[in-house]
Amino acid sequence: MKIYSFIRNMPRAGFVITLLVVSGLLGSAVLSTAQFKGDIVKGGERQSIAVPDFRGSGDAQRYMDVFNSTLWDELAGSGQLKMIAKTSYPLNVPQQPQDFRPPVTTPNPRRGQPPVVSNSGPWLTDWSGSPVSANYLAFGYAGVQDNRLALFGWLYNVGLENADVNGAKMINKVYFGTLDAAGAKKVARDFAADILQQFGAKSLAGTKIFFASDRTGNREIWSMDYDGSNQTRITQYNSVSGMPAVSPDGRMVAFTTYAGGNPQIRIHSTTSGRRLPFYNPISSVVETPEFTPDSKQLLFATALNGWVQLCVSNVDGGGFRRISNIRAIEVSPRVNPKTGNDVLFISGRGGRQQMWRMSLEGTDLEQLTNGQGDVANPAWSPNGQQIAFAWTRGFEPGNFNIFLMDPATHQVTQLTQNSGRNENPWFAPDGVHIVFTSKRGSSTQVYSMLADGTNVKQLTTQGNNLQPVWVNGVN
Amino acid sequence: MRMNYGTPYRTVGAVVFTTILLVGVQACKKKVPPPPPAPVARTVEAPPPPPPPPPAPAARINSFTVEPRSVQRGQTATLAWQAANATDVAIDNAVGAVEANGVRTVNPASTTTYTLTARGPGGTDTRSVTLEVTNPPAPPPPPPPVPTLSTSEQFDRIFGAFSNGGDAMFDYDKSDIRADARQALTADADALKQLFASDPSFSVVLEGHCDERGSAEYNLGLGDRRATAAKEFLMGLGIPDAKVRTISYGKDRPICTDTNEACYQRNRRAHLAKGN
Repeated sequence: MKIYSFIRNMPRAGFVITLLVVSGLLGSAVLSTAQFKGDIVKGGERQSIAVPDFRGSGDAQRYMDVFNSTLWDELAGSGQLKMIAKTSYPLNVPQQPQDFRPPVTTPNPRRGQPPVVSNSGPWLTDWSGSPVSANYLAFGYAGVQDNRLALFGWLYNVGLENADVNGAKMINKVYFGTLDAAGAKKVARDFAADILQQFGAKSLAGTKIFFASDRTGNREIWSMDYDGSNQTRITQYNSVSGMPAVSPDGRMVAFTTYAGGNPQIRIHSTTSGRRLPFYNPISSVVETPEFTPDSKQLLFATALNGWVQLCVSNVDGGGFRRISNIRAIEVSPRVNPKTGNDVLFISGRGGRQQMWRMSLEGTDLEQLTNGQGDVANPAWSPNGQQIAFAWTRGFEPGNFNIFLMDPATHQVTQLTQNSGRNENPWFAPDGVHIVFTSKRGSSTQVYSMLADGTNVKQLTTQGNNLQPVWVNGVN
Repeated sequence: MRMNYGTPYRTVGAVVFTTILLVGVQACKKKVPPPPPAPVARTVEAPPPPPPPPPAPAARINSFTVEPRSVQRGQTATLAWQAANATDVAIDNAVGAVEANGVRTVNPASTTTYTLTARGPGGTDTRSVTLEVTNPPAPPPPPPPVPTLSTSEQFDRIFGAFSNGGDAMFDYDKSDIRADARQALTADADALKQLFASDPSFSVVLEGHCDERGSAEYNLGLGDRRATAAKEFLMGLGIPDAKVRTISYGKDRPICTDTNEACYQRNRRAHLAKGN
């Protein structure tokens, strides 16, 4: 009987086992996501926000679809807020503070009965209560003023206990843009930046991504805005140029190029585009430039006595000195932007190419990855507390994925998986986003994602696009 | 003058007789064949008046030639002339006064027109001939040299015949010279020594290449290392340092783009190319 019952329940047992396996996988995924110790607010701790669609009066209505989708994407892409699905919103959506109607309490309830409260219009609790359960509400409307798009935006903290319309108000501002889709995008981004600032998030507006692209037939250095717009060619050497690095002051871009014959470093001004003086050491290869945080020195790799080794010089090439001295290939030096001292680099000194760390003087050597696979492209987070890098651990050579490491504990988190060859991660100035390259078809393209691996967006489409670095604009 | 009058009467008589004779012949036409035509009667002319005194004869050039008409510079030609009734005869262009009839050899440096002038009491005659002088033809081209290959062509032929073009092959992420690479580089060195000996200006470039699997940054260093390791091996066999330049192309110039080990192996190489 017991055996029979077991057999009869086999399908269900199998289902339970499957569930356990699936939930185990999900659990491990959640665990690995939770290991990111940067500035992303964890899912469970995120403040929730309701963002109903804004409407526009007159001609403004034509651009409200663009506005609404941009505002939503900017807030969702920040990694700071939990976006509450629009399907749960009440039908009566406020467009301005005057639309709110405090609930009316019947003055003289019957003895022994609770006072009768009746809702006479939209109220804060429509949003803070079930089923929306939002902490915050962004609302407003758009109109046309002097032939410009005027966006009236409000952010309310609807979760406050006993809040009234004035007490809940966090943002009350008018944003202006041109009366077209571009203007609608702009006001949406400006409003989103103000909202995100309330939660400590840094805006990416004004940041730039430099990268290498072969879309013209030659690999040149290009730049674009953080969302992939304004893709602009910087160099025209008609050669093979790549591996850009931008000085922290935003004024110089250094890169490796074959324009002079053997691979060498050249530095250009990001503002004028002109070439700046840099004297390469006499060597068969000079590559992988990296500025120090004060923008005054350049680290790079160059062949010395038959092996590519790390060295440092002034940004004009003077004051050259080597900082590694071993019969191994060592490339990709990256200085901790906070300490200005810890240098991450890739070295074959232990056998396979692995990630190491040392001081700018070449002391305090430490191997950071455990010797498995091949490692490439280390990059510091802006706060100097996280390292993003590419690693083939667990895969065949060449099958790179993006990983994060806490340099204090060496704990690693895998951010990409089962989606092509992923390399060259680089933190955005907000510390929350990462730009990287992925070969998911026949070409390699630049993508951005949140530093927990979610919200992946493709930024480029033409040709092959490589080696992105994400920097503040000129300051 | 009077004696001369008898002749016209005789002529008239002869004409009359002849006419009668002709009529009689006509009368019996059908019986005898026609006679041959009568010879034309000779007319006796009056003697011409005495000639006027002859004028002095004009000098005349009967001929003036140059043979041949065209010569190459340095060769000679012959002028020949015949003049009559001339008291003095001269040819310009440094020939000077000549006999009335004569020949003269000339040897001008360039095309020359000779003018012969014959003067006499009755007048002057001139005639010109032109001798064309051509430049001698360019000397014949030297006989074609025995055909030989340029150093560049010899390089292509020798290294094209080597397996894998004489490339030294490497293991993944390695720059050690394997046994097969040792063999290839030894053959390369022998060939290079011959080429360098026959053409002291010839030099080569050693290119380092990698398969696509490593990172671009590391592969640039690895390609440099492979080129350097191959160069060091060649130098150990006596190839001079200055004859071999190295360059790393990392993984940017694959000769094969498939994603399998056979293809990866073809790309992991140090490759000898002609220098500048």
